[in-house]
Amino acid sequence: MTSKPARSIRVVTLYDDVMNVYADRGNEIALRVRAAEHGVNVEVTSVSLGDPLPAEADLVLIGGGQDREQRRIADELAARGPALRAWAEDDTAMLAVCGGFQLFGRWYRDASGTELPGAGVFDVTTLAPGPGAARCIGDILAAAQIEGVREVVGFENHGGRTYLGPGARPFARVEYGRGNNGEDGTEGAVFRNAIGTYLHGSLLPKNPALLDWLIAAALRHRYGAGTPEAHIDMLPAPYAERAHAASMAVARRRSPKFEPVVK
Amino acid sequence: MVATEGPTIRERAALMLGRAAGTAARRFGRGGGTALPGLVAGALAPSLLERLAQQSGQGVVTVTGTNGKTTTTHLIASILRAHGVDPLTNPSGSNLERGLVVAYVEAAEPGGRIADAASRVGVFEVDEAVLARLFPRLRPRVAVFLNLFRDQLDRYGEVDSVGEGWGGMLASADPGCTLVLNADDPSIAQLAAETRAQILTFGIDDREVRLAQADHASDARFCRCGGRFAYEAIFMGHVGIWACTSCGERRPNPRVSARRIELSAEGSRVEVSIDGALVTLEIPMAGLYSVYNALAAAAAAHALGVPVTTIARAIADAGPAFGRQERFEVDGRSVRVLLAKNPAGMNELLRALVAGSRDSQPVHLLAMLNDGIQDGQDVSWIYDADIEVLAGRDVTVTCSGDRADDFALRWHLAGIDPAAVIPDTEAALDAALGRTPRGARLDVVATYTAMIDVREALARRAGVGSYWEVAR
Ligand SMILES: [Zn+2]
Repeated sequence: MTSKPARSIRVVTLYDDVMNVYADRGNEIALRVRAAEHGVNVEVTSVSLGDPLPAEADLVLIGGGQDREQRRIADELAARGPALRAWAEDDTAMLAVCGGFQLFGRWYRDASGTELPGAGVFDVTTLAPGPGAARCIGDILAAAQIEGVREVVGFENHGGRTYLGPGARPFARVEYGRGNNGEDGTEGAVFRNAIGTYLHGSLLPKNPALLDWLIAAALRHRYGAGTPEAHIDMLPAPYAERAHAASMAVARRRSPKFEPVVK
Repeated sequence: MVATEGPTIRERAALMLGRAAGTAARRFGRGGGTALPGLVAGALAPSLLERLAQQSGQGVVTVTGTNGKTTTTHLIASILRAHGVDPLTNPSGSNLERGLVVAYVEAAEPGGRIADAASRVGVFEVDEAVLARLFPRLRPRVAVFLNLFRDQLDRYGEVDSVGEGWGGMLASADPGCTLVLNADDPSIAQLAAETRAQILTFGIDDREVRLAQADHASDARFCRCGGRFAYEAIFMGHVGIWACTSCGERRPNPRVSARRIELSAEGSRVEVSIDGALVTLEIPMAGLYSVYNALAAAAAAHALGVPVTTIARAIADAGPAFGRQERFEVDGRSVRVLLAKNPAGMNELLRALVAGSRDSQPVHLLAMLNDGIQDGQDVSWIYDADIEVLAGRDVTVTCSGDRADDFALRWHLAGIDPAAVIPDTEAALDAALGRTPRGARLDVVATYTAMIDVREALARRAGVGSYWEVAR
C-alpha cells in the first residue's frame, strides 16, 4: 500500500430529512464507504430548511420527495438557485435524484397544477401529466454520456415528464425503461460536473463507475486537476460490480426496450 | 341493496364455483395462490362481500396498516376463540377483496349459509390501499389502524396517497363503530378528527424502550396542519410520543397502554392498562413491533367486550401467524422465519434479533431478498433499513433470493460482509444451516415470496405442514 496524502472532500446534503423517499440515503452510505477505500475523508454538512449553505462544497447531494415535500422546499431551494448555479459553474460535483432533479431544473408544474420554481442548475422543465397518465415506474438501464462511465442502472418512479431545454445535455440514453419523458430517450441531465437523474435503487451503491466519477470530480474541485491529491486509483468493487450486473439483467428482462415516440 | 334473507341463487352458484376453483388450484400445487376461489366467486357475484359481512352476525373487525396486519388479525381471532366465539377470517396475507371472499367460500355450507352465523365475528385483515373501497361495504363494528409506513412505493405510488384516501370513508363511518387507533403514530392518531365513530387508542407509555436516535425511515414528519412534529420519545420510525410544534396537537393518552416492557430475543413481558384494569401480557413473539400488535389486538377484543383475563391468556397461548416468527426444528437447529417487507419492519426485526442479548452473542442469519410484485419490484428500500444496527456484532449472514447480489452489497456497505451469496433457496439454506452450530438459532429474514419459498423448504425438512395445509 503506497502512502496517500491526507485528503478530504466537503459534501453538502440538501434537505435529506425531507427529500429521501426512494432511499436516496444509500447514495451517501456508498459515498462514505467508497471514499474511505480511496483514502478520502468525507466531511458532510447537512443543510435543511432554514439552514445556511456553507461557503464552499465539492459535492452536493439531493434526493427525491413526494409532491407535498417538494412544495415545502421549492421556494427556499429556488432562492438558493444563484448560489447553487455558481457552484455548478465552478465545477462542484452534484447529484440530484428524482424530485431533487426536478427542482434543480427551471420549474416543475406538479399534479395539482401548482408551478414550483426550481434552482435552475439544469435547463430542464418538468410537467406532471393529468390524472390518468401512468407514472413511469420500473427498472431502467441507460448508457451514460459522461467520460469513463458506461451503463447506469437503477429504478425509476416518477409522475413528472421532464424536457431538456437548449442549454441541457442528457445524462444518459435510455436502453430499457422510460427516462425523462418516455418519448425522446433522454435520461436526466448533465451540466459540467452536476448530474440530475431519475435513477434510484439506490443509484451510487450499484453504479461504482459513476460513484468514482463523482469522487474524482469532487477531489479535482478541492485540490485542482492533476494534483496528487486529486488522483484516485482503479480499485475493484466486487460487491458493487455484481449488484450492477444483476440489476442490468433485471432491467433487460423486465423493462421495455426503449422505442422513441414518433409524433 | 342485498336482501336480508339467505344468499341468492347467483351467490350460491358463485360460492360453488369458487370452491371448485380452489380444489382445482390445490390439485395443481402452489402458484395459483389462495386467492383463486375468491377471484372466481367475487367475479360471478360481487355482492358476496356484503353477504359475508351480513353473515358475521356479531359484526366485522377490520385490521389495516402497513406492518402487523397478519399477526394482529391472528391474535384477535385467537382471543375470540378463547372467548368461545368462532371467528370467520381470511387466509393470512390474502387481504384484497378476493381474499375476504375466500373466507366466505371456505366457510359456506352448500346452501350458501354459514353455520352458526348469528354468533360469528368476521376478523379480516384489509390492505391499506383497498380499505376505503371495502369499508362502506363491510361496515365494520371495530376497525383497527396499526401504522402507516413507506411500503412498496412501486405499487402504491406515494405514502401520502394511502392515508389521504381514508378521509371520506371515516367521515361516513357509523357512530356505533369503534376505531382502534395507534396513539403513537401521528398519521393514525390524527384520523380521530375525521370521524363521528367511537375512538379507542393504544400506545406505549414506557420511555425506557425509546430509541437513542431516530430511525432513518420516518415518514410522517409533518402534521396535517403543515407543522413539524417534535418527539418526547421515539419507539420506531415516526412512532412515539409526539406533538405538533405548530398547532399544538399532541399524542392522545392511550386507553390501552403498555407501562412496563421487558424485551428479549424470544418474546416480551408487558404490563398493560386496559381502561384502568391492569394485566400482564406474556407475548410469545419478539420485538417492540409485536408489542404494538398485541396492544392493538387487546384493544380490539376489549371493544368487543372480551374480559381482560381472557385476552391475556389467549395472547400468551397464541402461536405465531404464518411466516411471522414461525419456528422449525431442522438438523438440531432452531430456525425462525421473519417476514421483512419494508424499512420500518426490517429495522424492528433486526432490533428484535438482538433484544436483551450481549454484543458478543453470535447472530446467525439467512437474508433473502426477492423482487416479485408481492415483494416490491423496487429493492431500493433496503437502503432505508438500518442494517448498520448489527455492525460490530458477531454476525454470520448468508444472502439469498432473486436479488441476493443487491442484498449482499447492502450488508457490505453496512460493514458486514456476507459469508456467502447464494440465490437458490435450498442451497442457501444448506449453507446457512452449515454455518449455524447445533443447538443455536438461525434467523431467516425474508421478503414475502422468499418467505413462502424458504418456509416451504423448512416445513419439508422439519416434517410439518405445507403452505396449503396451514394457510387455507
Ligand atoms: Zn399541527
